[in-house]
Amino acid sequence: MRKFMIVLTFLGILAASVTLATTSIVGAGSTFTYPIMSKWTNQYFKLHPDVEINYQSIGSGGGIKQVTEGTVDFGATDGPLDDKQLAEFKQKRGSNVLHFPTVLGGVVPIYNVPGVNGNLKFTPAALAGIYLGHITKWNDSELTKANPGISLPPHDIVVMHRSEGSGTTYCWADYLSKVSPEWKNNVGVGTAISWPVGLGGKGSEGVTGLVKQTPYSIGYVELIYALQNKLGYGDVQNLSGKFIHADLASVTAAAAGAAKSMPSDFRVSITNAPGPTVYPISTYTWLLVPQKISDPIKKKIVVGFVHWVLTEGQKDAEPLAYAPLPKSVQAKELKQLATVQ
Amino acid sequence: MATGPIVARSRALTPWVRARSFLRHALTLDAAAYTLTLLAATTIFLITLLVCYELYIQSALARETFGWKFLFTQAWNPITEKFGALPFIYGTVVTSAMALLIAIPQGLGAAIFLAEMAPPHLSDALTFLIELLAAVPSVIYGLLGIFVLVPVLDNFVVPALQSSLGFLPIFKGVFYGVSYFSAGVVLSIMIIPFIVSVSREVLLAVPLDQREASMALGASRWQTTWRVVVPFALKGITGSIFLALARALGETMAVTMVIGNTPQIKVSLLASGYSIAAIIANEFTEAAGDLYTSALIELALVLFAVTFIINGLARLLIIATTKQGAQA
Repeated sequence: MRKFMIVLTFLGILAASVTLATTSIVGAGSTFTYPIMSKWTNQYFKLHPDVEINYQSIGSGGGIKQVTEGTVDFGATDGPLDDKQLAEFKQKRGSNVLHFPTVLGGVVPIYNVPGVNGNLKFTPAALAGIYLGHITKWNDSELTKANPGISLPPHDIVVMHRSEGSGTTYCWADYLSKVSPEWKNNVGVGTAISWPVGLGGKGSEGVTGLVKQTPYSIGYVELIYALQNKLGYGDVQNLSGKFIHADLASVTAAAAGAAKSMPSDFRVSITNAPGPTVYPISTYTWLLVPQKISDPIKKKIVVGFVHWVLTEGQKDAEPLAYAPLPKSVQAKELKQLATVQ
Repeated sequence: MATGPIVARSRALTPWVRARSFLRHALTLDAAAYTLTLLAATTIFLITLLVCYELYIQSALARETFGWKFLFTQAWNPITEKFGALPFIYGTVVTSAMALLIAIPQGLGAAIFLAEMAPPHLSDALTFLIELLAAVPSVIYGLLGIFVLVPVLDNFVVPALQSSLGFLPIFKGVFYGVSYFSAGVVLSIMIIPFIVSVSREVLLAVPLDQREASMALGASRWQTTWRVVVPFALKGITGSIFLALARALGETMAVTMVIGNTPQIKVSLLASGYSIAAIIANEFTEAAGDLYTSALIELALVLFAVTFIINGLARLLIIATTKQGAQA
């Protein structure tokens, strides 16, 4: 009992001293950005030992919900808020929520076709056809046409997708809805959707596991995941008709390609962006910051942190296989940051 | 003995005082114990009620929108916000039933061996190992399922099943690894330790005179075990099966990794499906929109009800089929 009291007192003192020494702010959301968020919060803490930023990767949906309820100071999401969600935020919090793109990522098709070693090339029609369930054989003309010189087997295609709600799925579905009207009308875009065909794997590791285990299967994972795990992945044809192998440069090119048409609130999808070197299945990931932060200390910290992420923090993107922001977007965002009250 | 009279007086008093103080002591101790245990029991009961109540309240929107139809429709579309629970209920029931079908004979067999036939040290060592199985995190079972079990099923078990029993509708169709079948097998491995561990304890607790009496009547060792010891311990054994069933119904991570996560209803066990716990775990964190969240919470309520109903049915079955049940 005495020991217990001592420990309790000690913990009390510890907690008190921590709260005295540092101010902490809390963010929550996207799991896709977790690796870089943890690097950023860590780095920022080293630079500003009096500020502690705690980021919880609970998923984009959870991040949006919590920032709307005001239980966290900022959120992070892989898909921008829709108009309904924006209205809900305004109604609940009495101010707007601002989107700040932080880094970019891509989503790539992975496959397991015995006998095929090289990179397969996928046209938009091929990917949409496969995921709609119209293209069912590997030797379908849509695939053989794009892959001359590779003999594709006459086997059924086994389609894999993510089973849980995920920003990766959002990006993939967003791309398919842009290249296929049928997808747009019948399936739609979301972090979780009603799949016309296919089996669901849990997480990137689940999809990868399924694809590796199942001959003649196809799936999709984040570019970062494919690079870190040294997975081979297919090329995708962009708007200019070129087949592009995704890498950081081609993903950043997508952001640059879409920069001209960037709306003032940064709620933009950059899938299927124009440009000859663009990888078409690319996406931003966003920080969500309320425009009005009533606590002046918290406001200062949040603004300071976002500013650092948009400028200095961008250096951390590439080593972690995220593509950094194009300069023009960065400048626009810093302007928006100045409007936080 | 100068103190004689005093001693005598105190002796005269002592039994009376002692008895009273003992009675008071026992009363207060009993009362305290009674209150404490009652409190423990009601807390658990209250937690169950509270969970039920919360699920009921929070699922109001989905219940109003879909009504009873929720239980009988197959759609699950977060975008058009059409939700139905049937494929998930089906998947949960089928995988759990399959798990029990495998785990009961296996687990009971192991328990009988460990309790009745194995030498004591071997029994203790094996039991320890089996109980270790219960402590393995379920995500490990899921990964082992994908990377070890599924290839084995795909290469050996399923071809054998299809060539011998392929005419049955439950073994028709193409096998892609992830399926009700794989989920059922993984679940059975996960619940066997519960059955073995508890059943062994109750078998060991069967009084020796029961066995001696049976032997004295000329029964062989196996006859004694099967006709006397097992029926005597039946209540405890069924208890262990219920525990295992509850675990199977609620298991999330391992199931979602091997069931294929497709909201559909297929007769073939080799097809992919979905379970209630799996879809809640998969979609709850990213669920945006009140109706979507509410529908997922209603699914949790449905799981609660399914567990309740299956438990009830299983108890009825036991009452109907066993002598012990009939007496009780």
